Amino acid sequence: MLMPDPRIVGIDLGTTNSLVAFMQGDVPVVIPGEDGSNLVPSVVALDERDQIIVGNAARKYLIETPERSVYSIKRLMGRGVEDIREELKLFPFRLAEDMRPGEVLRIKLGQATFTPPEISAFILRQLKRNAERFFNAPVTKAVITVPAYFNDAQRQATKDAGRIAGLEVLRLVNEPTAASLAYGLDKKQNGIVAVYDLGGGTFDISILKLHDGIFEVIATNGDTHLGGDDIDNLLIRIALDDIRGDLGMDVSRSGEAVATIRKAVIEAKIALSARPTTMLDVELPVGKPYQREITREQFEQLIQPIIDRTVGPCKQALKDAGLKPEQIDEVVLVGGSTRIPKVRALVEDMFRRKAHTDLNPDEVVALGAAVQANILGGGSEATQNMLLLDVTPLSLGIEVAGGVTDKIILRNSTIPASATQYYTTQVDGQANVAIHVLQGERELAKDCRSLARFDLKGIPPMVAGMPRIEVKFLIDANGILHVSAREQRSGKEAEIEVQPSYGLTDDQVEGMILDSFDYAEEDFRQRQVIEARNEVQTILAALAKGKQSPAWGQLTSDEKKQIAKLERALLQVKDEDDYAAIRKAIDALNQGTMRLAELMMDTAVSTALKGKTMDEADLGEAPVAGHPVAKADFE
Amino acid sequence: MAETSKTALSILGEPTGACWSCGEMRAAHFCSACGKVQPPVPVDYFTFFGFPRKLDLDEELLEQEFYKLSRKLHPDVYAQAESREQQWSLEQSSLLNDAYRTLKDPIKRTEYLLRLEGVELEEQSKSATEKARATGEVKKQVVPPALLEEVFELNMQLEELRAQKKMGEDDPALIEEIGTQKLELEQKHDALLQELKNCWNEWDKLVDRGSEEDRRKARDKMLDLLNRRNYIRNLVRDVNEVLET
Repeated sequence: MLMPDPRIVGIDLGTTNSLVAFMQGDVPVVIPGEDGSNLVPSVVALDERDQIIVGNAARKYLIETPERSVYSIKRLMGRGVEDIREELKLFPFRLAEDMRPGEVLRIKLGQATFTPPEISAFILRQLKRNAERFFNAPVTKAVITVPAYFNDAQRQATKDAGRIAGLEVLRLVNEPTAASLAYGLDKKQNGIVAVYDLGGGTFDISILKLHDGIFEVIATNGDTHLGGDDIDNLLIRIALDDIRGDLGMDVSRSGEAVATIRKAVIEAKIALSARPTTMLDVELPVGKPYQREITREQFEQLIQPIIDRTVGPCKQALKDAGLKPEQIDEVVLVGGSTRIPKVRALVEDMFRRKAHTDLNPDEVVALGAAVQANILGGGSEATQNMLLLDVTPLSLGIEVAGGVTDKIILRNSTIPASATQYYTTQVDGQANVAIHVLQGERELAKDCRSLARFDLKGIPPMVAGMPRIEVKFLIDANGILHVSAREQRSGKEAEIEVQPSYGLTDDQVEGMILDSFDYAEEDFRQRQVIEARNEVQTILAALAKGKQSPAWGQLTSDEKKQIAKLERALLQVKDEDDYAAIRKAIDALNQGTMRLAELMMDTAVSTALKGKTMDEADLGEAPVAGHPVAKADFE
Repeated sequence: MAETSKTALSILGEPTGACWSCGEMRAAHFCSACGKVQPPVPVDYFTFFGFPRKLDLDEELLEQEFYKLSRKLHPDVYAQAESREQQWSLEQSSLLNDAYRTLKDPIKRTEYLLRLEGVELEEQSKSATEKARATGEVKKQVVPPALLEEVFELNMQLEELRAQKKMGEDDPALIEEIGTQKLELEQKHDALLQELKNCWNEWDKLVDRGSEEDRRKARDKMLDLLNRRNYIRNLVRDVNEVLET
């Protein structure tokens, strides 16, 4: 039995905040950053030296140099220019000027441009670094969470981000499902659970059936563009109107002013979850400050239309699950926006029961991701018997004559799921067949999300209607589509050329992995330090063994003194971040223990000659160069 | 022991060939000796679960088997395995999920069995409508004759209510009338479903013994019930749509 690899981490890549967690024994825990904070704000900025800054350290740039920073990038994952007109009105995203339709979005930070997966990769890289600092070892594998209602393109973009960040994404897990894993860990009872997840930018509702450790999602629904951001934007608009009216200033075009207002309304929003009234206090860059009192009552009235948008998806999910609200045994709240008392009241009213909030709604998704990471790593006592069966949130269809969508895998089908379709040719000798794959519930292809156009190529020349091309559509456990095709009469695998409607090609991702190193000086340094520290552990362990061996007694006292000195020197530098110093101390100790190693070898050999086998003699591991030291397994 | 028999019929329990990993005789989805996942064999959904092609299926047993097989075949279990095992587990578990989804639903299960028996079910489907539109052929199945009159009446009323709703008004009497009809339709729907279930037993008896002629009759009867039931279901859906908007 393989021991679970503790270095598979669970990552919640959130709209507002991101977290990384792992299973410490039986409990999932969040790994804090260098600043001690569990949350890494999903903010990315380019500093004066064109180095990427992520998280809390990047927040000041939102106000100081808004044109060199970006937040809520998750909203743009897997989307095209034509999808985001509305977002652009509300968010200060700066698109590259030379964007062409159909191209993957590029966002400007200063003069440089980055795609949303690259920007997300910067956040992931920061989380990876935090975990590596914590473990003092490289981290290369992760489970990353996505909103349950993310479509194929959004999922693929998230997976690409992981690759660009140097992480092998073992699984994409739906956020509400992850949350249920975290909750289910200590409450192993059976029943029906609804998870209501209102985060910074996305809303999901999932209904699960818990059965002896199996977490079976029955139905899911949501809105990938509904969350705390929308509340903030509403308040910002009101403040901007107020400022125009009261102070006679239009500051809506000043990035700095809007960023300042945004910070203030978020503070006010948070305050109103605890207090009946608060002061909106904005220190504008120019002119008078803007102040205004807001009561919770006013706030609740304002946000009602936004939070009401969560009701439809909940009802649909219940309907799809074939359940009435009374049949739900437990309701779990996830996401920072569920701290708003009005949201809680709405949920409790809808499901007619008190909601669970025992786990921190900001952290529960990351904790669940860590549980899933542990399961994928081979499991432990705590996760034994746990298995997640998730569903695809949207129906998969193909365009047929007349621009109609023919659904081939229905929403809420347990994944992996597959469907097989047969195609033929319309014209004699036709060598290509085009397939347009769609995702969504609408009848017409134009109202669904275009996933990709597949071109089946190299069909052997035959009379029209003769070829029989079997095309298999398979949605994997990540919710990502795979397509394969075979011409049945010739038995030939048909070649498929995929044009993702909104995604990066493999070559583009490869290029981005290389590019990312330009901004990753820090990563490289960190990696060297970690590798060197691993080596330190190995050599110290070997030395300790050497001291126990008979060879140790054969050294002169000067030699022993010298070794002790070198060992002290190494112990002194090993915890510093200075790679060169650690390296030097390792080499010195290696040199200094050369004779000890030789003596150990001799002893081993002579023991062997005395009739013992080499195994019994226990060669140990001599602490010398030339004996390969275990290298950190960086790829 | 390593003799391979490619002719074994039953897929569960009985060996179907040699395990790719240990060479022992393998069971259907994983080796009975070493437990490794095996490349999927193309089988029908009943066979995948090791069930006979019968319709009166123990749904509780089906669920138990589904969970049991999920624990063994799901890709999560093979996250650390070599890539071909991962691929097989992906294919096997998608097959498992497809099979479970089809068999657990009484209507889908019946339709699937009829299709296995070579019956064309496309008359009412969207793709048939499509085909009809593309080729100019007349679509075969229309309203079941027994329902003609009622349906005509109901469609008129729905049309009227739609028009009223567009104008922002609604007639409570009309809504009530439609509501009553909907209730009747739902009762009819349930009765048809019950009748279909009775047919299952008939069919199941004919599977092992019984003439091809008897089997054909049973199939035709089920097909007719399914068509009527689907028609009523669509009607109820239309009614709900109009009432809810």
